[in-house]
Amino acid sequence: MENVIIGLEIHVQLNRLQSKMFCGCSTAYHDSPPNSHTCPVCLGLPGSLPVINRKAVEYGIKVGLALNCKIEEETLFYRKNYYYPDLPKGFQISQYDYPLATQGHIMILGDDGAERNIRINRAHMEEDPGRLVHAGTIDKAKYTMVDYNRCGMPLLEVVTEPDLSSPKEARVFLDKLKSILDYLDVFDGSQEGSMRIDANISLKGGDRSEVKNITGFKGVEKALSYEITRQKNMQRRNIKVVQETRHFDELRNITVSIRSKVGAHDYRYFPECDLAVMRIAPWVPTIRAALPELPDVKRERFVKQYGLADDHAKSLTSEIKLANFYEAVATQAAPKLAAVWIADVLKGELNYRDLAIDCFREEHMAEIVQMLEKGKISEDGAVQIIRELLDKKSGSPGEIVLALGLGRAEDDAVQKAVREAVAESAAAVADYRAGSERALNFIVGVVMKKTRGKADAGEVHRLVKAEVEKV
Amino acid sequence: MITREDVEHISWLASIKIEDEEKDELVEHFNSILEYFHQLDEVDTEGVKPTYRVVDLANIFREDAAYESLPQDQALKNAPRTENGYIKSPRIV
Repeated sequence: MENVIIGLEIHVQLNRLQSKMFCGCSTAYHDSPPNSHTCPVCLGLPGSLPVINRKAVEYGIKVGLALNCKIEEETLFYRKNYYYPDLPKGFQISQYDYPLATQGHIMILGDDGAERNIRINRAHMEEDPGRLVHAGTIDKAKYTMVDYNRCGMPLLEVVTEPDLSSPKEARVFLDKLKSILDYLDVFDGSQEGSMRIDANISLKGGDRSEVKNITGFKGVEKALSYEITRQKNMQRRNIKVVQETRHFDELRNITVSIRSKVGAHDYRYFPECDLAVMRIAPWVPTIRAALPELPDVKRERFVKQYGLADDHAKSLTSEIKLANFYEAVATQAAPKLAAVWIADVLKGELNYRDLAIDCFREEHMAEIVQMLEKGKISEDGAVQIIRELLDKKSGSPGEIVLALGLGRAEDDAVQKAVREAVAESAAAVADYRAGSERALNFIVGVVMKKTRGKADAGEVHRLVKAEVEKV
Repeated sequence: MITREDVEHISWLASIKIEDEEKDELVEHFNSILEYFHQLDEVDTEGVKPTYRVVDLANIFREDAAYESLPQDQALKNAPRTENGYIKSPRIV
């Protein structure tokens, strides 16, 4: 895929804020009826005046710094003029020159396994347009229904340079960005439509197409893969790819051409005269100092401090809550063992049930790891405890061990059972000595029966073998 | 100079339908507005720093606090057509 060139524009809703970008309408509109979160400002009624949400600008600076951007000393809003029902004012308040943040970069793991530097062109603030509901698919709809609840939501648009070379890399980049936004606590990705992506894509030497309004990370991979196939097929048939805007149809998994009526020069950008400039340089040192430890740094620290494998460290640092959960457990129980059980087992059980890490208590995990460490429960038993806690949502690991009889038999009892079993199984012992390795399994079975299955089968096998060879 | 084509383009961008006979009149109006603004060119701005604004206001913000929004029926009051709380608009692509 080395001749594929992809650049992304990612629209991130700063939905951890309480209120919209320029008015006090609440950002919690998701479960509300249409057009119930609006006011004269976000409806663009005559005489209304926007006022900038200070915290939205702080959040924007936070993200800019985390993306290693340069923060503009003085930044300002513009009017981007276009006449379309998603914005009742006839323009979108956005940024143009002197955007909030420029010239950043983040590192991702490329397809070839090597670290790749993905440059960030800019990150600028703007207001989200309203939501259009098409009756049917976008190219066949008879009419359009408009909901302005989303209109005026604080958005940060992050624009990359065309540094990505495959749909998978685009996905990895987005995962990384999402993880950073999660650490900064400015973005809740679980809300529908909270991150929307436009992708520019071309084959080397060809014109690019822009695929608009892709939601979801899987959608990005699908839309990009479709677009690459489409462009390659055209190249093969010697048809020139023309520069155009396309829409990703999620239901049909294809991109369709949409006539782009307004060219960039038609937006007639001019400074938003209702809003004063923002001189933000003095804010930067304070915000920089308050930045949390970010995913990459935390990952490296986990590897060093707890001796974790890199893939475990990566898995545990993808979300801040998971990372904090791990650290809380690691202070109470063996850190390496805790990493394996949280990253490989607990995370899988949570994903399977579509649950977040808050559904499991740190002290429960610590207790499970401690019991594993001391050999009080078997690995199967530990998995059973985790499932029980997630499904029943009550009890503690200790109680479940007692209730389900998961406690591993004491070593003495196992030793005793092994000695007895070997003494009672003369025929099997003779078979083993005659060269039948399988004969041991019979004796192991007897031990398991005696210990009512609480002993670890692998360990019993080892003990039986030692005992038989001793005699 | 504004031409008939400019007027047609601007009317299309603004989604305002203009009758053929109105176009020449609008060309005249637009040009007279532009001419009026050309008076600014007469001012000597040699050595003056360019600016977007006449007042030097900066950093006017509000705190991040939510207030009550308009009730739905009020928000929809100016919409010519609605359906289930949505504003109905002609098909757009």
